[in-house]
This record gives sequence, C-alpha cells and structure tokens, in this order.
Amino acid sequence: MADFIQLVVSGLATGAIYALAAIGFTLLWQTSQTINFAQGEFVMVPAFFALAGMTGMGMPFSLSVLFAITCSLAVLGFAFKYLIVDPLIGQKGTLPLVISTIAVALLLKDGTKEFYSAEGQRFPTLLPDKLIEVLGVRVSLAQIGVLVIAVSVIALLQWFLASTRTGRQMQATAQNPTVARILGISVERMILYAFLINAGLAAIASLLISPIYLAKFSNGEVLGLTAFVAAIVGGFNQVRGAIAGGLLVGVLDNLAAVYVSSRYRLAVPLALLVVIILFRPQGLLGRKEERSV
Amino acid sequence: MQRRTFVAALGGMVLMSTVASAQDTIKIPNIIELSGGGATVGAMWKNASTMALEEINAKGGILGKKIQFDYIDTGSDPGKARAAIQKALDDKPIAIFGPIYSGSVNATLKLTAEAETPQVIGGEAGNLTAQGSKYIFRTSFGQNVSMPKIATYLANDVKAKTVAVVYQNNDFGKGGRNAIIPELEKRGIKVAADLSTEPGQADFAADVVKVKGANADAIFVYLTEEESARFLIEAKKQGINKPLIGETTLLGQKVIDLAKDAAEGVRGHVGLTVDADIPAVQDFGKRFEARYKIKPDHNGIKGYIALYMIKAAAEKAGKLEPKAIANALRGLTITPAKEPGILIEASWDDTGEIDRISFLAEVKGGKQVISKTLPKLK
Repeated sequence: MADFIQLVVSGLATGAIYALAAIGFTLLWQTSQTINFAQGEFVMVPAFFALAGMTGMGMPFSLSVLFAITCSLAVLGFAFKYLIVDPLIGQKGTLPLVISTIAVALLLKDGTKEFYSAEGQRFPTLLPDKLIEVLGVRVSLAQIGVLVIAVSVIALLQWFLASTRTGRQMQATAQNPTVARILGISVERMILYAFLINAGLAAIASLLISPIYLAKFSNGEVLGLTAFVAAIVGGFNQVRGAIAGGLLVGVLDNLAAVYVSSRYRLAVPLALLVVIILFRPQGLLGRKEERSV
Repeated sequence: MQRRTFVAALGGMVLMSTVASAQDTIKIPNIIELSGGGATVGAMWKNASTMALEEINAKGGILGKKIQFDYIDTGSDPGKARAAIQKALDDKPIAIFGPIYSGSVNATLKLTAEAETPQVIGGEAGNLTAQGSKYIFRTSFGQNVSMPKIATYLANDVKAKTVAVVYQNNDFGKGGRNAIIPELEKRGIKVAADLSTEPGQADFAADVVKVKGANADAIFVYLTEEESARFLIEAKKQGINKPLIGETTLLGQKVIDLAKDAAEGVRGHVGLTVDADIPAVQDFGKRFEARYKIKPDHNGIKGYIALYMIKAAAEKAGKLEPKAIANALRGLTITPAKEPGILIEASWDDTGEIDRISFLAEVKGGKQVISKTLPKLK
C-alpha cells in the first residue's frame, strides 16, 4: 500500500506539471484556434533564461526567477503572438501556423543547445529538498511543493477565468469572438492575455520541473508530447479537462510501469489516448463542439 | 596581350595552389551525434577529436598530409547516420569516425565493410564486433568485455547473490542487459529484477519502487548520464541502501555533478576516465577542461584517441589507403611511448575489439576515486 501511495504522490507531482503545460494547449486553442507544437519547448526555455541570468549576469536565484518569467512573457507571450501567430492565423487555414509552431520548437531547441550547450544542467530548486516519511511513504518537500504550487496556480487561474470581469471576457472570446466583439470586448486584447498566461504557466512549470528533469535542451520533446496527450485525454476545449488529463497521465505512467510493465509504460497513455478518441472524442471533461456549414 | 598573359598566369597559380592544398589535406568524415538525444556525447567526442586534429596537424599531420574533419550530424538517428556514411563513402575517405550510438553503428557497419574503409566507432554494444565486419574498430570496451568484469566484481567484491538490473530501452541499454545477465548467471548470481527504463525518462519513482520490492543484494544501473543521475536521486529519496553498481557512465563526473550526494558510494567498473592515475590521461583532462570549461568524460577520451589510432596505423602501413590502414590496425598495439596521443596502451584484435587496462572505482567526496587497476585481458 505504501508503494501505491508513493507512486500516486509522485505521479500527481509530475502530472501537475503536465497539467500546467496542457492548460497552455487549451488556452491557445480556445482563444485563437492555435495548436502550439512548441509548447514543450516553451516549458524548457524559461529554465535557461534563469540559468542565463545566474551565470551570464551574476543574478541571485530569486532575481533570476523573475528575470525568467519576464523574458518568458516577452518572448513566449508577446513575440510569439505578434511575430508568429498574428501574421499567419486565419489567412491560409491552420496548417501554416501548425508548421510554424513546429519550426519554433526546432528553433528554440537547437538555439538553446547552441547557446547553452547540449549538457543537462543542474537547476536550483525553489523548494526545500528535505525528505519526510509518512506511513512508510518517503516524499520530498520539494515534490509536495511542486504539487501545491501547481494546484494553487491552476486554482487561481480557474478563479480568474470564472470570477473576474477580464476572465469572463476571455471566456466570451473563447466561446464566440464575433458576439464578444459586438458586445464591446476587445477580442485582440483577450487573445493577448491568453498568450501571456500561457507563457507565465510555461515559466512556472519550467521552474518547478527543471530541478527534477535537469535543465536540458531536449526536455520539451517528452513534455510537449505528454502534455498534448493529457490535453486531448482531458478535453482540448476545457481548462479543467487539461488539469484532469495531466494528473491522470502522470499517475497512470507510474502505475503502468509497476503494475503492467515498465517496458510498455509509454504505450499506456497512448493506448488511453486511442480509446478516448474512439469512444469520447471530446475528452473526459471536454465539451462536444457542433460545427455546421 | 601582356595583361591577358598576366591574368592567365595568375589564374593558373591560384588553381595550382588550390590543387596542391587539396592534395596536402586529407578529409575524414566525423559522423557523430551533434543533435537529438546524443548531442551531449557528440559534443564531447567532437571537442576532443578537434584537439587531437590540431595537435597532429601542428606536428606535420599524418605521413606529411594535413587532416581536416568534416563534422556531419546524425541527429542521433540511425537512418540519418546510414545516409551520411553512404554519402561520405562516395569520396573514398581513408577512414570514417563515428557514430557513437550503438544503434547508429549497427545501421552503418555493413557499408564501411563493403567499402573496405576503417570505421572508428564510439559504440559499446556487444554485438557490433560479432557481425563479421573487419573494418570497425572500437575506442572503448564492448559490453562483451566490460560486463564479465562487472559480473566478477559483483560476485567477488560485492559478494552479491541476487542483483536487480536496471537498463535503458535502447541499443546501448539492451546490449548491456543482454551481456550482463548471462555473466551473472554463470557466476551463480540470481537476477531478482530486470527493469527497462526509457531514454529521457524523468520520473524514476516507479522503477525504484520495483527495485525496492525485489530486495536484491545489489543493484546494477546501466543508464546514460542524465538518467543515471535522476535514478540515483530517486533511489536516495526512497531510501535505497543496497550497493549501486554501474559501468563507466554511472560513475562519470557528469552524473556526480548532477546527482550530488545521491551519487556518494556508487561503485563499479570504469573503462576510461581522466581520474585514472596516469599522467598523460590527467594532462589531457586538464587541457580539455581549460579549453572547454568542462571535464571530459569517456566519450571525450574516445574522440581524442580516434585520430591517433589512424595515425599510428597509417604510419605502420606506410600509406594513406583505407584498406591498408584497416589491415595495419588489426592486431596492432599502440603504446604511449611510441604514440603519446593514445594515452593508454591499447591493442585491437581481428574483430576490432579493443584491449587495455581498466579500473574499479567508487564515488567519494563528490569525486570518482580509483580503487583498483585491472590489467589487460591478453
């Protein structure tokens, strides 16, 4: 039983990171119909902004965290929207934009490798790395902290979207941008907010996961794919779906490795994805979208 | 008229100097993992082989010819590696360096065998030298050589009766797993757990839970550097107190730097290390670190000695011809007295397998400490 709890706690901590990245997929899809295949790299890059702040500019870690978040908002939020998404969106279908995000992923990955080396880098932890033992389960405070911070950020986001005027305007933009515009909502600004929130979430996920994953240029490959699977499993058009999908995939990955086979651990979330697409294409918590011509 | 003659003469001189320069320079394709999952090992190999190239060229090159490397990226992909080697062989090079990943070597070794061109590889999978190619040459032990040493160490020094084997699900890891298990069984050691992990895996909680459940006397960890560090961190977190034994990668400085105190006490066999008490090796390590601001690992040493192997073989053959170089390298022993760049005396047999001394080591105080030097096998 202790082993089972150990696996669930560890899976939830990793799954919370997947959830943060998966939310980014849903936010951008909902507000701008953008599928960002560079999402994994968006989670990889902020850790290197922080490392560049520490090693290149001599900043203390706390300041480098702020530096990383600021750079993420500027590069992964503003620049991504204005330089990549805006010129391509809605002009020639979604394909050019999808291909462009793949190009952005390659650019970020190889750019990071050239700029900072291919070596995995040890990354300081924001949280105390102390171990505690409860009922035979050994968990680190850092792991619990990751879970608490990720869940808090997600709760804050949910509150923001549901309870603030701006959040509701974003929801309206997501549901029907034309009507939202008629009602006087600045749709462009709402879309920008979605990009900035995505960049902020990616930065938080990066700072939380890099002490565990180590900061490495190739981290986005696995993260991006897993978060994409999580978003589809949970429901691509619902933030709460992305959260559920992320946590489910994190826990399932661990349980499958022990109780099914470690050799097929990667296959289990993908098998789940196939089953979901076959029997509930809108995802576990997703909303069925009617389309008409 | 005079001007036309002058221009023609000038053009002729430029052309002749270009041809002369091309004749004085020999290109060797260095086909390695510069991007993708193997970028770390590729960078080590590339930097070290660049050092060797500059040293050799500064002393007049090989048989009077300057050497130039064409670095070609395999993207850590066997298909790309195969295409790159096929293309490189069209230019009839004197040798091909790389790839480093065993899977990519596996996909390419038949091409170099057919072209009768020596291929100096970084791959360690045991099956590479068992496929009949007379043209591949290792820069480090194959798993068929290193795993018996590890198994003997587990039986005689660790005195383990049961061992949990944790390996990586790629050619490198599976090759190691397939080599160690029969060796353990031969020595009466029972395999209590046989665990596959994924390249790039971040969360090892499930694997450590399974290892704990196996309750083996020792745990043999055969993963690449970053995964090794993550495994060790998780093992420490879950309170594993059994001996953690590995081969070369587990005890590398990169793993120690990443895993910090979680790497303390890790033991095992090391084929190549700049921590060896050999002045030439330590000197190479210092020069590399001064230049690239990072301590070289075994892949760095492999990349460094590769060109010195070809130099020694070409000088023995007396000509820069691929088949002659391969013939000279088979059965050759290169000593540091004769060729200092080889760093440690090494011999190659007819299959391209390397033989040289190796080391038993333990991580103590954040450093790899050599506890014993094992002699050459032959």
